[in-house]
Amino acid sequence: MTSENVPVVESIMNANDQVAMMNRKILDDAGVFAINIMASPGSGKTSTILRTIEALAPEIRIAVIEGDTAPVTIDSDKVKALGIPAVQINTGGSCHLDAPMFNRGLDQVDLSNVDLLIIENVGNLICPAGFMLGSHANVVIASIPEGDDKPYKYPRIYRGIEVMIINKMDLTPYVDFDMDYFRKGVQILNQDVIFFNISCKTGEGVPEWTNWLKNRIKQQKEKAK
Amino acid sequence: MHELSVTESILNIAKKHAVKANASRVTDIHIVIGALSSIVDDSVQFYWDIITQETICAEATLHFKRVPAKLTCQDCGHTFDIQDELSPCPICGSIRVKVVGGEEFWLESIEIEREGETA
Repeated sequence: MTSENVPVVESIMNANDQVAMMNRKILDDAGVFAINIMASPGSGKTSTILRTIEALAPEIRIAVIEGDTAPVTIDSDKVKALGIPAVQINTGGSCHLDAPMFNRGLDQVDLSNVDLLIIENVGNLICPAGFMLGSHANVVIASIPEGDDKPYKYPRIYRGIEVMIINKMDLTPYVDFDMDYFRKGVQILNQDVIFFNISCKTGEGVPEWTNWLKNRIKQQKEKAK
Repeated sequence: MHELSVTESILNIAKKHAVKANASRVTDIHIVIGALSSIVDDSVQFYWDIITQETICAEATLHFKRVPAKLTCQDCGHTFDIQDELSPCPICGSIRVKVVGGEEFWLESIEIEREGETA
């Protein structure tokens, strides 16, 4: 019996990333701009999505894909109540969406009637970061009561994101949250990130975020022409 | 749960390369993990022992090479490793830094045995 070393040098995420590239092409061909929203549970992902829908629909045609670990339709029901198509992906207990799951969700969306596809990832600051889906922009939502140390404790999620939303700004007077410390942590990891400070409760800062989205949706449409 | 899908991916890649190399058994797997890749190697090991049963990789030993997060300062050009907490450039204090290492997560090599060959 001989022993031999076989060089491999293959990315362990390769299979996922290839499906993510397929997903991106499907979206590009349809002229759909897709965002992947990641955050910890309770940061306000669904509230931000609802605020975004209020601001942009019906002028912009929106669909939502909801990733949930349990077969509960609480989030997708709220979206559907606004007349927006929502697809629920049950991850079967898994802590994140991956590209094949997103691909199955995409199959259930009529992309010809969509300008903006919002993916609500599973509430988790760790695992979703490792799995590209094929969306055009990754967005992380943090919220004031979660604390200002998150970039230092969960650095991976802040890499490869384009937008950092800080929600629940209305709670600033009641919580010790050092904004400079938080922003510094994010910027060390990702210099180019765009910050939006919002409150889903009061609506503060939401127009700045939705204006950014509108511009990106327009650019995506022009690219598809 | 995250580590389970990752471990399955490691097994698939190892199996593919083992078959290609006509291996009868895989004895060792070498994995490179960057400090920013958020993979817990203990969990990978745990799933590995379960999912490799009755495969060509059964009882193969996992070796993890940990790579620190490496940053380069955009202002003074200094490159430094981050071991613990994220910090600005230790030379000039700038936060205009760029991550240049630490996101690695790949299967570097496998060690295999072939049946019918003598050492």
